[in-house]
Amino acid sequence: MNEVLPAPRLTLRGITKRYPTILANDAIDLTVAVGEIHAVMGENGAGKSTLMKIIYGVTRPDAGSIEWEGRLVSISSPAEARHLGIGMVFQHFALFETLSVAENISLALDERITPAALAPRIRDVAQRYGLPIDPARLVHSMSVGERQRVEIVRCLLQSPKLLIMDEPTSVLTPQAVQQLFATLRRLAGEGMSILYISHKLDEIRTLCDNATVLRAGRVSGTARPREESNASLARLMVGSDLEEQTLIPREAGEIRLELKDFSMAARDPFGTSLQHIDLAVRAGEIVGIAGVSGNGQAELLTALSGEALGAHGGSISLCGQAVDALGAAERRRIGLGFVPEERLGRGAVPAMSLTDNALLTGARAGMVGHGLVKRSVARLAARATISDFQVKCASELSAAERLSGGNLQKFIVGREIRLAPKVMLAAQPTWGVDVGAAQLIHHALIALRDSGSAVLVISEELDELFSLCDRIAVLTAGRLSPPQPRAQLTVEAVGLLMTGTRESAHA
Amino acid sequence: MPELPWRLERRPEPSKVMRVAAPLIAAAAMLVTGFVIFAVLGKEPVNALTVFFVEPLTSVYGWGELLLKATPLALCALGLAIGFRANVWNIGAEGQLTLGAICGGGVALFFGVKLGALALPVILVAGIAGGAAWAAIPAYLRTRFNTSEILVSLMLVYIAQLLLAYLLHGAWRDPEGFNFPQSKAFDDNTILPTLLDGQRATWAFPLMLLLAALSWGFSSRLFAGYRMLVSGQAPAAAAYAGFNERRNVWLALLLSGGAAGLAGVCEVVGPIGRLQADISPGYGFAAIIVAFVGRLHPLGIVLAALLMSLLYLGGESVQLGLQLPAAVTGLFQGLLLFYLLAADLFVNFRFRWQHVAVA
Repeated sequence: MNEVLPAPRLTLRGITKRYPTILANDAIDLTVAVGEIHAVMGENGAGKSTLMKIIYGVTRPDAGSIEWEGRLVSISSPAEARHLGIGMVFQHFALFETLSVAENISLALDERITPAALAPRIRDVAQRYGLPIDPARLVHSMSVGERQRVEIVRCLLQSPKLLIMDEPTSVLTPQAVQQLFATLRRLAGEGMSILYISHKLDEIRTLCDNATVLRAGRVSGTARPREESNASLARLMVGSDLEEQTLIPREAGEIRLELKDFSMAARDPFGTSLQHIDLAVRAGEIVGIAGVSGNGQAELLTALSGEALGAHGGSISLCGQAVDALGAAERRRIGLGFVPEERLGRGAVPAMSLTDNALLTGARAGMVGHGLVKRSVARLAARATISDFQVKCASELSAAERLSGGNLQKFIVGREIRLAPKVMLAAQPTWGVDVGAAQLIHHALIALRDSGSAVLVISEELDELFSLCDRIAVLTAGRLSPPQPRAQLTVEAVGLLMTGTRESAHA
Repeated sequence: MPELPWRLERRPEPSKVMRVAAPLIAAAAMLVTGFVIFAVLGKEPVNALTVFFVEPLTSVYGWGELLLKATPLALCALGLAIGFRANVWNIGAEGQLTLGAICGGGVALFFGVKLGALALPVILVAGIAGGAAWAAIPAYLRTRFNTSEILVSLMLVYIAQLLLAYLLHGAWRDPEGFNFPQSKAFDDNTILPTLLDGQRATWAFPLMLLLAALSWGFSSRLFAGYRMLVSGQAPAAAAYAGFNERRNVWLALLLSGGAAGLAGVCEVVGPIGRLQADISPGYGFAAIIVAFVGRLHPLGIVLAALLMSLLYLGGESVQLGLQLPAAVTGLFQGLLLFYLLAADLFVNFRFRWQHVAVA
């Protein structure tokens, strides 16, 4: 430290933001020093996003002050924030699907550079920070994980002084996370300040210098994460202790879902073709599929759910019945339940009430008779799901889009589990979901397994797969490794399988 | 950017009050603008508005005309609304209406006497079938080749109108009609009876009300209606749930085509009484406005159709009474839609006065 203490890069004092129904931020103080990596932790709905939007100039606080490098500022727009030197990687990406990566980034930059001139710079930054993306690719063909990489690269191109990262690692392999952390540490070493929003306690403990914990819109505590344990950090966040989840070993039953030498060409020119996949999921077990998005996850899911029918090699069967030619509705009739990766627009109809969303997959659960909708039955089912899964909402008449991501996910998982599926597919079941909700979802999936269902979980989060699955396989470049019992695997081994095979496949 | 004293803020929930109030606000704004326009044109505004909106309704005959013109508007709009909610954009109700008139009219012309008492039901069914068949073309092309039903259904309007003209200039022309492009008058047993003497509204109006009730039941009670709502609002969710997209497209187009066909046949076996070159002053197109002003809801559509019908009558009334051009009708229709779209903003947003920040 110099003899004269430099002014902090960012100081928030008493930031308060009230929305019509809730107090999102209540007198929040936060200081970020030059070169500091500062974690902002909290469950969904704790007020993290609102606070970041205020710093990035998307919304304005009702009260409180913001100081930037010792100077009182009023940030009225994201352009102004970028001008000050604030960059943000959003959790929900604002990308134009019909444009290429370079075109998207070119549009987002405040200076005018043609996409062609930008492409080498994108490649350069992508290379330097270990975020492989092709500037010429069209965004609509990219997975959620790949789109996030675009956002990160876009921000780094503007060489900000303060980088806000909203849950950036949920889509990276363990090795890539380490690489990103090395990058972030180097950036911090060069004097960049980083606001790191996350609920992944391990990451925060390895990466961050300081942490501010939010709960219900207030600062519930500050901590030096390196000196804390996961349990003590979780307690600050949730306000109570978390119970450990347990997977009691049990004998798996008959095969419920089976792929034999299954191959399917990608429909999308940038999609991944599935190649010779062999997979069997038995009653009473949870099989996990690890891997980074874009390696065939989306294709495998639509092939399993019946949303994408088409020419394929090999066979697919459900509960002993060949379902190669059966659509999503028929597969559900046989006993398939499915929690998709996209909640709004696929797993739920945004503008419809939770009651009507219960009806989406509940036609055979007594909610439809003689072609007529039985709303009272659907309503009871929605109510039961809301109370069983502690979904926070005004009532079963609330529109799906009014729920937070975590609460909607709890509703969708609960809705599918209530249908007592013989086979359950769950894609990224806890993506962007807070610790409490994630734990509830994990418990529910384990209970479903214990009741004798076959469960297949596709996830990018290795911690999740290791705490949840009996056996784990890795999907890389459209190929699936043989599933192995969890006890015989380590996180590092799976991580190597994710990257190792991938690189050799590209070579 | 200069600070405005107010800003738009998203409402926590879409306002139910505003959903209902927006069309009323739009109608009020239309009246105010009409007032100004009449004043600028040098007509005494209060008098002009009276001539426009009140005079047409001062007689039983006038009320009959109101119901008469509202019927085809509402019939077309009820069908279109089912499609619009399912993201199926049938813009060609005018063509389906024409085909309904041709098919129903053809039956009336050539089999009317032979069918006797059965004539009217057969004619109405023929009209529905004609409209549905015309709408089946865009349905087939969309489900088979993924064409845009907007373009196909719109272009088929002109084909339908030329087909009608072809028939009326050729095979179906009344030999004793002094070469006018019209068929001979239909027989009495093929004509829809009027509701009351001294006015022209027929039993098509109560039939339309019945269909409005049925369409309400379709959307709110039938699973088929729910499936169409889902595919309209979230196609990926419909695929996820396993709803058949092609079935929805077919159903939406057949229902809206059938309803428009019914509107067409009810015109020719109703007030017109024969086939002729112009059977509709653009009911099929105006019905698009009616569907949206009516919030795509059956009750709203019936009310919006009555309002739109009044605009037609008022337009005629000011043409005769104040020597204003026929474009006045279109002007008022446009104003109504324009203000509705503006007022709709406040379903999801509201004004908030800014706090003046003191640093």
